[in-house]
Amino acid sequence: MADSHAYDVIVIGAGHNGLTNAAYLAKAGQRVLVLEQNSLVGGAAITEELRPGFQFTTFSYALSLLRPEIIAELDLVRYGFNPLYMRSHFAPMDNGDYLLLGPDDAVNRQEIARHSKADVDGMERFQHDTSRVRQFLRPLFDSIPPNVFSKDPQDADQVAWLLNHLGGADTKVIHDSVRLLTGSIKDFVDDYLESEIIKATICSAACVGIKLGPMSPGTGMNWLYLAMGEHDGHSGSWSFHKGGNGGFTQVLARAATAYGAEIRLNSAVSHLLTKHGEARGVVLRDGTEFRAPVVVSSLDPRRTFLQIADPRELPSDFVETIERFRFQGVSSKVNFALDGIPRYPALGDRTDHLLGFLNFAPTVEYMERAYDAAKYGWYSEHPYIDACIQSFMDPDMAPPGKHVMSCYVMYTPHELKSSTWAEQRENMADRVQATVNRFFPNFDDLVLQREVVTPDIIEERTGLSEGNIYAGEFFPHQMYFFRPAPGYSDYRTPIEGYYQCGSGTHPGGCVIGAPGRFASQQIIKDTRR
Amino acid sequence: MMRTTPFHPRLEQLNHAHAWGNWSGYLSALKYDLSSKHEYFSVRNAAGFFDTSPLHKYWLRGPDAERFCSHVFARDVRALRPGRAQYQVWCDDAGFVLEDGVIFRTAADEFFLTAAEPNYGYLTSLARRYELDVVDATEDFASLAVQGPRSRDILRALTPDIDELRYFGLTHTKIGDTEVMVSRTGFSGDLGYELVIPADAALEVLDAIIAAGEPHLLRPYGEEALNMVRIEAGLPLLGKEFTSSRYAYTDAHRFTPDELGLGWLLKGIDDESRPFIGREAILRERATGSSRWRTVGVAIEWRDYYDLFASNGLLAVPDEIPVGWETMLYSAKGKRIGYATSFMYSPYAQRHIGIARVRPKFAEIGTEIQVEQTVNHEYLNVRGHVTGLPFFNPERKVA
Repeated sequence: MADSHAYDVIVIGAGHNGLTNAAYLAKAGQRVLVLEQNSLVGGAAITEELRPGFQFTTFSYALSLLRPEIIAELDLVRYGFNPLYMRSHFAPMDNGDYLLLGPDDAVNRQEIARHSKADVDGMERFQHDTSRVRQFLRPLFDSIPPNVFSKDPQDADQVAWLLNHLGGADTKVIHDSVRLLTGSIKDFVDDYLESEIIKATICSAACVGIKLGPMSPGTGMNWLYLAMGEHDGHSGSWSFHKGGNGGFTQVLARAATAYGAEIRLNSAVSHLLTKHGEARGVVLRDGTEFRAPVVVSSLDPRRTFLQIADPRELPSDFVETIERFRFQGVSSKVNFALDGIPRYPALGDRTDHLLGFLNFAPTVEYMERAYDAAKYGWYSEHPYIDACIQSFMDPDMAPPGKHVMSCYVMYTPHELKSSTWAEQRENMADRVQATVNRFFPNFDDLVLQREVVTPDIIEERTGLSEGNIYAGEFFPHQMYFFRPAPGYSDYRTPIEGYYQCGSGTHPGGCVIGAPGRFASQQIIKDTRR
Repeated sequence: MMRTTPFHPRLEQLNHAHAWGNWSGYLSALKYDLSSKHEYFSVRNAAGFFDTSPLHKYWLRGPDAERFCSHVFARDVRALRPGRAQYQVWCDDAGFVLEDGVIFRTAADEFFLTAAEPNYGYLTSLARRYELDVVDATEDFASLAVQGPRSRDILRALTPDIDELRYFGLTHTKIGDTEVMVSRTGFSGDLGYELVIPADAALEVLDAIIAAGEPHLLRPYGEEALNMVRIEAGLPLLGKEFTSSRYAYTDAHRFTPDELGLGWLLKGIDDESRPFIGREAILRERATGSSRWRTVGVAIEWRDYYDLFASNGLLAVPDEIPVGWETMLYSAKGKRIGYATSFMYSPYAQRHIGIARVRPKFAEIGTEIQVEQTVNHEYLNVRGHVTGLPFFNPERKVA
């Protein structure tokens, strides 16, 4: 084995978690090699110029969950970290009216009052109660889950900390937390609000990425998860990184490289090398071997344990847990290049509603019916769309006067009943375009090009199993100390020296970085032992 | 009666926030959008325009113009060629700063000065011994700052002459049929331009700029966003970083150029041929090492700020609007060492930053300090450190 192949750590996958992990380890003095199958870094957070001057955020498109510790600890500003402010949130309605929430709380109250006077203070109570829940759960979210299945005294200390934290909370906050964590988002918002458009706006945010409808228990938890994000410390707010989320992963790559990590593109890993049950390195699909005593997989649990590792080297009950770990992706993207500005008739020439998310989900029932299709193996006739015209925040995303619009689409189940995505792709995109056009009547005329990304394409291009954007469904039994399997939520695996740092570990998906960061902490701790 | 600037008819239409302040007796937008943070991001990522018309503007013309200016102003104007501009300060005999401004050399014997405060009386009283006219041109011109990475693309579409304009360069050109003076100057720390436009043609020129800016996401910005970008750029503001020595009651409110971090303007102070006002005192200050302060940047550690609030049962919500008062600074051991004159959460730097004055021995970059915050109605300190200035300094500013 050549010396040039001698690394301390090999990280599989240059998605945002792999890069975060690599940057931390390199900063701590480890010789790190990152192996990426694609010709650019970023995984599911990439930006591609599919048309001259038009930058498409192919998959992931906005930033919120990214842990602020990472920005500070990796000094990301120095490497170009630049999250742009999303000023507004717009939801069109079937009757031509709309909900437009902006940066000023007092003005937002006026807007809410247009829809319901009772919801003005209802919304304040909803926000206060949920921010208390966020405050309470944040220490759990932002730490490695205690191993409650272990007999190790050190783990017992962590379990005691957890019980103490839970026990010390205000009764109402505990109860609100359980209401959210176990219930449906519809039941939760019904307790505070009456306006359909306001409820639908909150409910739709609770369904992003999961195969559940707003009336399903579990959507409360997903809402809470997504609300753990922030921009500049403002809880639950989103930003748009300069250059798209691909711009962000470029920042991470610059940081990782500056700290000394080596990133090798076009290097798909075939499998893990082991000896005596310990990791020794990896073999690429072209047969090239790289050796290191520590191998970290940023891939999802299915790939990490059933493809890269040999399942025969793992305990069979663990393999069984991973095999039944649910993915069931339901998300698609349809990205548009536009010749001009989509106009909403009720707002005339105004554009201030285009400076953030455009939320196409006019009623809770609209959302639930969109979900119904997915239950029976088909895609929504009237899809839920979370859109964003990124070129309104970042002029470098499109040529002057032109725009790019990212449309995140649900529900589009990975497995279609009696058809394939190859057959249905354009039809699905037609439904998306028709939905946008229904609210923005000049939209069809503006479309210069569209890119359609269905779950099969997400899986094929990013490696995310079944195209699940969170690298594993958000179910209570797949979260916290169960993510991805009981006893293995500490980023270790049953194979000594083999670690996991992808979104299939705690806390979970989105461009968040926490799995990569926590895994680096665990690896540094273990190598110093 | 509050006055309005020549741009006002258009600005009034653009001001969705209806938020106006009073700048030198003129209505001046605090913000146009409901969010000054949105305006801030426009300047940082695309381009913004700001109405600087309330600035006082003076012509200094005549055979003695250069001799006069080199006497009044602390920075040597003799090095300033026609077609160039210069950031300036002027001092009193004690070496304390009276004011700052920008001076444009429009010809060998002609200078154009912009300043935040009225200086006509002061300049004319000094001009008596010189062959020189001081003309107050404040009302003759509107002025507009166009700042941000897209500012060049926008203005180039209107007048290609600006394409080659260097940092602090100056050119006379036409926008439409209007003669305008364009300089590559500004208060944002970024690529940017300032235009001086005859008052009666101001609206026409503004409309042309707005039209050219539309595809580049040009947006108006107000005083709040201006304050944010200038703090990141480390630029001092009269009334914040210093008060004019002329109107100070005690020396605690007076500062020398060295104390304000402007010592670099005094290049060539040893040259006996230029006895400018305050020179003797500044030389004395330097010889005796009697500077009381150093101006530095300060930054707060993100984690400490977050923990300070979390440990007190609160959510830490950083505010990008600069605080309106001075923020007290302590050494790591808890001794008072100075104060931040400007303090804000910087969306660019992703942490709290400030422009501060500290005792000289605490001015070294990296020095650990404590920054006073009010939490749960108590004064509590959070860990920070001394930094250099500016915080924001992209290559394109001078490229």
